[in-house]
Amino acid sequence: MAKRPFDIQAQPGFGFMALLTFFALYLPIAALVTYSFNTADSLSRWDGVSLRWFISAWHNSAVQDASVRSLVLAVSAAALSTIAATMAALATTRTRPYPGLTFKYAFINQPLMVPEIVTGVALLIVFSRIKVWTGYSGLGYLIAAHTAFCIPFAYLPIRARLDSMDLTLERAAADLYATPWKAFRFVTLPLLRPAIIAGFMLAFVISLDDVVITEFVKSGGQDTLPTYMLGQLRRETSPEINAIATVFLALSVVLVTAFYFVNRRKP
Amino acid sequence: MPEQPGRSAIDVRGVRKVFGTGESQVAALDTVSVSIRENEFFTLLGPSGCGKTTLLRLIAGFDFPSAGEILLHGQDIASLPPFKRPVNTVFQSYALFPHMTVAENIGFGLEMLGKPKAEIKARVAEMLKLVKMEALSGRRTSQISGGQQQRVALARALAPQPKVLLLDEPLSALDYKLRKEMQIELKRLQHETGITFIFVTHDQEEALTMSDRIAVMSSGKILQVGTPWDIYDKPAERFVADFIGESNFLTAAIADIGNGKARATLKSGATIEATVAEGFQPKDNATVVVRPEHAKLTSGKGDLSGTVENIVYFGTDTHIHVRLDSSEAFTVRQQNTRSAGCGFERGDKVGISIGNDAAQVLRD
Repeated sequence: MAKRPFDIQAQPGFGFMALLTFFALYLPIAALVTYSFNTADSLSRWDGVSLRWFISAWHNSAVQDASVRSLVLAVSAAALSTIAATMAALATTRTRPYPGLTFKYAFINQPLMVPEIVTGVALLIVFSRIKVWTGYSGLGYLIAAHTAFCIPFAYLPIRARLDSMDLTLERAAADLYATPWKAFRFVTLPLLRPAIIAGFMLAFVISLDDVVITEFVKSGGQDTLPTYMLGQLRRETSPEINAIATVFLALSVVLVTAFYFVNRRKP
Repeated sequence: MPEQPGRSAIDVRGVRKVFGTGESQVAALDTVSVSIRENEFFTLLGPSGCGKTTLLRLIAGFDFPSAGEILLHGQDIASLPPFKRPVNTVFQSYALFPHMTVAENIGFGLEMLGKPKAEIKARVAEMLKLVKMEALSGRRTSQISGGQQQRVALARALAPQPKVLLLDEPLSALDYKLRKEMQIELKRLQHETGITFIFVTHDQEEALTMSDRIAVMSSGKILQVGTPWDIYDKPAERFVADFIGESNFLTAAIADIGNGKARATLKSGATIEATVAEGFQPKDNATVVVRPEHAKLTSGKGDLSGTVENIVYFGTDTHIHVRLDSSEAFTVRQQNTRSAGCGFERGDKVGISIGNDAAQVLRD
């Protein structure tokens, strides 16, 4: 017998459900990608394949501006949140369990639980006060907001790695005359590196993708790529959006694939 | 005890270690004192949870005592962090650094001490030779076998030339044959390096065959310290006699105590000569221990009499289980020969004679 009796694949309708799910997931994306190569001015017509909208988006100064801002923001937020997450992960795993530790996990993961819209509104209120007091209205607010909600995404892979890492290794380093800093530098950090890279990439993708909080926090003329696209859709649907989304998709796929390979590699 | 007063490497003085707080407080070590000499193979032996690993961790510096002192060559190290103690550890799990090669692992301690590169290189080569791992120096630690990892762990801990080497059940993960090999290897390394070894194990056979001296531990206390011979032949307490080897326990009335000896009158009425454990407080009835191989089964009258209940053949010897007339159980071990059986059968009425130097009076 090829299949086990209770194999879910043997149940009637399994194939149909699977196909339906795949279509629901990938049909819109396939349509988007296909139409990004459409020559026509409108989504309702198909005039043949060209890179017209990619080129047009590339030369659009608003798109350029938003792309650069998105990248600067995502890199800064990912870097800062990964540093914070690494420290938080070390502090919550390299200690004897104590009352309140579980509360701290919850605290660190707060952005996963509080609805984004709530955080967005809260930050809008707080930052607008600070803007009045300080007169500063630069990218710092967005970097701070993105760093905050990226921390749990960077924290999770790093903590998982630390949890599975033998504590005796650090003890052995200390036993062999390594000061706490040297033990971290020569033993913990090299072993943690794949998880830190994974955490960084995850945080990067999350920041790059954010709309809700960015929309609330950004000052005038601080569009990121996603908020620019949203703004474009409000006016008229330009096929340029399709092209940008396709590039976005490609970037995400590359990053997630890299994430997968980095995480899979065992030291 | 035939001991020369050697200089002590480690002096543990009145060390207590308490875990937890309030009502859930547990004393993992209950006021332990012991002196470990220089150049000695010293074993901490006891069942799991007896405090032997806790004591080792306190000496290594992974934990700090709740009270008491730990002296290394006369200096109190109890409050120093592990990286400031000239003491190295071989871990039960080996704890080799997976991102380093065999040679890098061995050189790690010297590297951390800031030794010159040339010295490290020479010392690593020397260590690789000592543990016969020269051919695998460039390998990752995940690419070598368990026994080889064990050797690397040893070399890594010995490379910085520690004053004392701590070994936390390092052989427990190896299979039987490899364990036997490593026991001999460890003895050789200790002899060649002249470093004091403190070895933790729950395996009594390992302790007896390898150690210069053994400390038997139970429930956070050291019950007895002595040579393997002391521990086996002159156990001080019932726990020690029971944990190491097999024992027969008999109740006896003790009289004429003097010079470490006494006369013990058994329930059968026979009186035998016995050695007395240190710290024995005279009392009406005490426990006397007799090892199965130190008693002899006879078909006539002996010091004890009973009925053969069971006979178990072990190849080198035979164990004959006797139910004494006083209803206590007694086992006699008899060396086997090729030509004859043990000479007894189940149900036989037998006598047991106990030699002049066979019995020890326990202090509890």
